[in-house]
Amino acid sequence: MRTFFTSVWGKLVIGAVIVGVAAMLPLLAIDIPGILPGPTYTPGTLTVLAYAMLIAALALSYHLIFGVAGLLSFGHAMFFAAGAYGLGIILRLLAPSGMPPEAVFLVAIVLTLVIALVLGNLVGALALRVTGISFAMVTLAVAQAMNVMIRRNVGGLTGGEEGVRLPVDVVPDVLVGVVNTRNLYWLALAILVIVYLACVWIERSRLGHVVAAARENELRVTVLGLRPYFVRLFLFAGAAVLAAVAGIGFMLLQSSATPRISTSDFTLTLLVIVVLGGVGYRWGAIVGGIVYTLLDQRLAALASAEWIQALPDVLRIPLSEPLFILGMLFVLVVMFAPGGIVGLAHRVTQRRGSRQDVAEPKALQDMEA
Amino acid sequence: MSTVLLLLITGIGLGALYFLVASGLSLIYGLMGVLNFAHGSFLTLAGFLGWEVGRRIGDGSWAGLLTGMLVGLVVGAVVAALTELIFIRPLYNRHIEQVLVTVGLGLASVALFEGIWGTDPIQIRLPEWLGGTTDVLGANIPNDRWLLIATAVVVLGLIVLFLQRTSYGLVIRAGVENRTMVTALGIDVRRAFTIVFAIGGAAAGLGGVLASVYYGQVGAHQGTSLLIYAFIVTVIGGLGSLTGAAIASVLVAVIQQFANFYLGGTGDLAIVLALAAVLLVRPTGLMGKVKH
Repeated sequence: MRTFFTSVWGKLVIGAVIVGVAAMLPLLAIDIPGILPGPTYTPGTLTVLAYAMLIAALALSYHLIFGVAGLLSFGHAMFFAAGAYGLGIILRLLAPSGMPPEAVFLVAIVLTLVIALVLGNLVGALALRVTGISFAMVTLAVAQAMNVMIRRNVGGLTGGEEGVRLPVDVVPDVLVGVVNTRNLYWLALAILVIVYLACVWIERSRLGHVVAAARENELRVTVLGLRPYFVRLFLFAGAAVLAAVAGIGFMLLQSSATPRISTSDFTLTLLVIVVLGGVGYRWGAIVGGIVYTLLDQRLAALASAEWIQALPDVLRIPLSEPLFILGMLFVLVVMFAPGGIVGLAHRVTQRRGSRQDVAEPKALQDMEA
Repeated sequence: MSTVLLLLITGIGLGALYFLVASGLSLIYGLMGVLNFAHGSFLTLAGFLGWEVGRRIGDGSWAGLLTGMLVGLVVGAVVAALTELIFIRPLYNRHIEQVLVTVGLGLASVALFEGIWGTDPIQIRLPEWLGGTTDVLGANIPNDRWLLIATAVVVLGLIVLFLQRTSYGLVIRAGVENRTMVTALGIDVRRAFTIVFAIGGAAAGLGGVLASVYYGQVGAHQGTSLLIYAFIVTVIGGLGSLTGAAIASVLVAVIQQFANFYLGGTGDLAIVLALAAVLLVRPTGLMGKVKH
């Protein structure tokens, strides 16, 4: 009992230290050449870090669907897009209403979350009627239709390929402008922490246990008199709202949303992130999200480096495509390190502690495609 | 009337393209339970290489196009077989990982194609006849549709012949019905896996070259965008059913054409609604019986 107690406090302390250090970064001048674009107090670096944390939060919400419920969804990006686009569009529509800007801002956020909840329930209610690969296909098809509608500028709301810009005059001043990048950074950190806590809460709740049990053995759960459909639907909608929260943060950080964030490719990146970090581990989604975003940024910078440009075509072309390197890295991780980064770390620490070998992430074992 | 006819035949032509991609996907899924996300890359690569070889033989000539189609066929088959041997086989019976590997390959290869051939699609030259139209009952049908339809019919015929008349075809059909039983009878289904991948890849490769004919250009994203429609076709037709794939591809493409024309460009939405309707009424698809 005591070890359990200390471990909980231990985890809390570790978590608080990590969040504290992350929160201090804008006040410090830490320069890690090759990983960060510049010292940590500069707006450029803070933007990259904030973006990485928002992607990590989004990956965490995807972890709920893929890692916990064991459902392969190819449409998760649409909820992120719903958050980003929803905020931009509602702010623009409410701006001339005469309400004070602060009220407009709050109402817009609440409305966006409500839209995400409704959308999550609708899509989930449809897609969860089927399982396995058909579920994946339904989510893919719905997301694709959504993406096409956003691109085509249906109803004149989404702005087609141009996307939607954030109407900055109704956004609180502290969140606008390069000077206030550190505020946006703290906002992104707060979003990540909130999404993380929500994930812990959902996973530890009775609902989370039922969903995880249904992933392992759906028949058994049904025999026990529980209905996996509704718990999965709740989880799916919850993950949709959390993704929309990350989307709202993205809109505030980037000041614009383009159709890119609603493509199925964007969801595939999430899949890559979760698997890279380690399926089934909450920390995997966070580590994967941050590592992936930083790698993506650095590889893009690397592509324009002189020594790469001087290489013969056979080497230069693959090395100057970040997505090629990341894709191949992903393939290698799937083939040779099924637990991802966190899984590898676990294996190393467990071996050192000479405890029994770690089980591979359960989500990967029995999930029949 | 002529508009309806034009939309119908154009729809069938597009359906022929969908079928070339979906037939392989469906067979692969039916036999191995793998949803192949790299299928679009086979298509794109074959499209590019077919075009590169074809334009050196004779740009805009029939000899060039036919050579291109042959090259596409071979490239698709070889690349697909290699993918199966190198990436899919080591992950035997771990379906989710197999899907993930193909996802990774799909992402990486598209990036590579962008690096080699650029992000923008390249306009291509075609034999003159393909650019013209034929008058059918007052409708001016673009000639390239006939090429698409004829090729798809030939491919369908060849695959059916292969499945019905050869011993490998027998193993594949039996494997789709019940793989465990086939293995229990002492037959090595793994060779059948490679063959199915090669056949699917060949069909997709041919589809890649024909897609460039249909769109008049080759681009790094052509395969990926066609792949999504092929997925929808496969699910509507029933995973693992060749006949289902053939019927569904025509159905999907025709619905798409009509909705695009009469309902103000809502073709993609109409397909998704059709998919939802089919899944709600028959979760296994129109012709699907296989349950994995």
